[in-house]
Amino acid sequence: MKIVKIYEDSCVYCHLCEVACIVEHSQSKDIIKAFKRETKPIARCSAEFNYPLSYSVMCRHCDDAPCIEACQTGAMHRDERGYVVVNEDKCVGCWMCIMACPYGVIKKDERREVWGLSTKCDLCPDRETPACVEACPNNALMFEEV
Amino acid sequence: MKWMKNLKNYTPPAFKVIRDDDRCIRCKACVEQCSFDATFYDEEENKIWNWDANCVSCNRCAAICPTEAITVETRGYSYRHNYSWGSHIDSLKKRAIFGGTPVVSMGNDKPYKIYWDHLLLNASQVTNPSIDPLREPMELKTFLGKKPHSLHLKDGKPDIDISPQLELNVPIMFAAMSYGALSYNVVEALGRAAQHVGTFYNSGEGGLNKDHYKFQGNIIVQVASGRFGVHKPYLDVGSAIEIKIGQGAKPGIGGHLPGEKVTETISETRMMPQGSDAISPAPHHDVYSIEDLRQLIYALKEATEYSKPIIVKIAAVHNVAAIASGITRAGADIICIDGFKGGTGASPQVIRDNVGLPIEMALAVVDTRLRDEGIRQDISIIASGGIRNSMDVVKAIALGADAVYIGTAALLAIGCTMCQQCHTGKCAWGITTQDPHLSKRVNPDIASQRLINLLDVWALEIKETMGAMGINSIESLRGNRLNLRGIDLTEKEMEILGVLPAGE
Ligand code: SF4
Ligand code: SF4
Ligand code: SF4
Ligand code: SF4
Ligand code: SF4
Repeated sequence: MKIVKIYEDSCVYCHLCEVACIVEHSQSKDIIKAFKRETKPIARCSAEFNYPLSYSVMCRHCDDAPCIEACQTGAMHRDERGYVVVNEDKCVGCWMCIMACPYGVIKKDERREVWGLSTKCDLCPDRETPACVEACPNNALMFEEV
Repeated sequence: MKWMKNLKNYTPPAFKVIRDDDRCIRCKACVEQCSFDATFYDEEENKIWNWDANCVSCNRCAAICPTEAITVETRGYSYRHNYSWGSHIDSLKKRAIFGGTPVVSMGNDKPYKIYWDHLLLNASQVTNPSIDPLREPMELKTFLGKKPHSLHLKDGKPDIDISPQLELNVPIMFAAMSYGALSYNVVEALGRAAQHVGTFYNSGEGGLNKDHYKFQGNIIVQVASGRFGVHKPYLDVGSAIEIKIGQGAKPGIGGHLPGEKVTETISETRMMPQGSDAISPAPHHDVYSIEDLRQLIYALKEATEYSKPIIVKIAAVHNVAAIASGITRAGADIICIDGFKGGTGASPQVIRDNVGLPIEMALAVVDTRLRDEGIRQDISIIASGGIRNSMDVVKAIALGADAVYIGTAALLAIGCTMCQQCHTGKCAWGITTQDPHLSKRVNPDIASQRLINLLDVWALEIKETMGAMGINSIESLRGNRLNLRGIDLTEKEMEILGVLPAGE
């Protein structure tokens, strides 16, 4: 199974992984429209910085995913590709998955009416190479076998 | 805006950063990537601003911007036009305001004549066949070092002692650029590319990081006037030792690595205190004559048991031919001549822009002189300083070079945009910096592949041109000035270059 491997020695902290992630998860998939016209989706990856370190993190798609264990509704589940994803219809925004994830890579989208939505990397189901990997200018993210 | 300008220290900015607001999505990539404090974000206004006075036109922001919102432009002069003063106005003002002489980097950028662009190559038609390099073997292999004067046979076998040689798969090597001037990752990339292609990279005068001893077999080590990082294992790991007398960008001037760039690892490699300026004196204090140089050459040969060629590198200066003859007689195996377009990590601007000779002229007069004196086979010639493309390489070899060094060209392949800020240690492309965050911008995997691509493509282009000339070995091109014709040159210039005019 391939996941996004993080090569922190090459991360230049440009945030383009986040930009690409936002565009990929937008309605229009158009960079200008996604940022200027739509309600901007939340980036699933986060570029972190603590001089001189920097790297981007996103879900590791754990074998024994604590987030799935913690989820009371079954919204957090493993899809047919073997990746850990959220079923939007089932998520009630209890944030138990956030408590459980050891990497802190699940984000709250509190803009949804009634319940919030747990938001995390879905490894871009519509693409062969995840958007962040393709956008990274310095190969700090690579889509590789675990 | 976070700055306010003051006419006390004002000269008009040289560049202007233009941002198309329709395209800018406020991702702030440009803000993070600008290492010169020229781009910043105002949260309240939700606006990206530029402080043009700080912009050096490195184009990192334009390159990173995902929506192509940025154009960096050169500002025109707004002073009343004056042919004789032009850029001298601000240049003078800066000295008057700051009270110091400007230090610059990269090579001489003044509009002196570039002789490569006035030399045309020949091709075969009808009377001699051209060769297709994709179908027939084409030899670029080059050996650098002393060649035997004559061949004697003993029991039917050649009876000669061949001096140590450098074996190159392509007649192109990476010029001396020190670890200190360059970041660790760039040295790593140069080493990997040299190893892959089968050529050499030059350590420069800063010693060799212990991690880079793994490139043994593809390293030339340099001994300069500061003797930084020179010890027995260092001399041993080099396939050749280069004595640096001078550099094209700053003939007669020593080296200077500012203290900010002397980090812990640099200080360890150079064997000097952290944070102090690394000063290489202008002369070698033990070399004041050709005889002294001979002693140094033989001291190094002795120290390495006569196992490797010794290179002497000099800047191209007015009496370069006589100096080259002396260097040959002093026992050097290879001479490197560095023209005035050669780059530097830091040089006083007045020196860089006004001292030296074009490499084309220097190369031609040295080759001619050594031939006239019958000592050309005693030494190989490396031409360096301003080699921009594969045809410059072909022309250099036809003018008499055995091989060339490329420095600037190699950095361009890695990302450099020639903004001439190497001396500031803030290189936005991560090349000439010791800042651990900035230097991450060069990924050695990507950079070494680009260097390999460059050398592969140049090699192919050289083979194609040789094929067109009907030549199948670089040996037959070497010093073959009959394959060159001068265009738009005076008779005297052609006499010095040793070429016929176009049409003759
Ligand atoms: S969200 Fe966290 S716990 Fe769940 S699979 Fe990803 S990394 Fe593992
Ligand atoms: S795109 Fe790559 S280099 Fe830029 S922040 Fe993300 S991981 Fe780092
Ligand atoms: S990144 Fe370079 S070109 Fe862009 S504003 Fe900064 S200095 Fe100027
Ligand atoms: S990188 Fe381009 S899109 Fe992003 S903030 Fe800068 S100008 Fe705007
Ligand atoms: S090496 Fe860096 S600082 Fe020097 S000219 Fe190139 S881009 Fe500019």
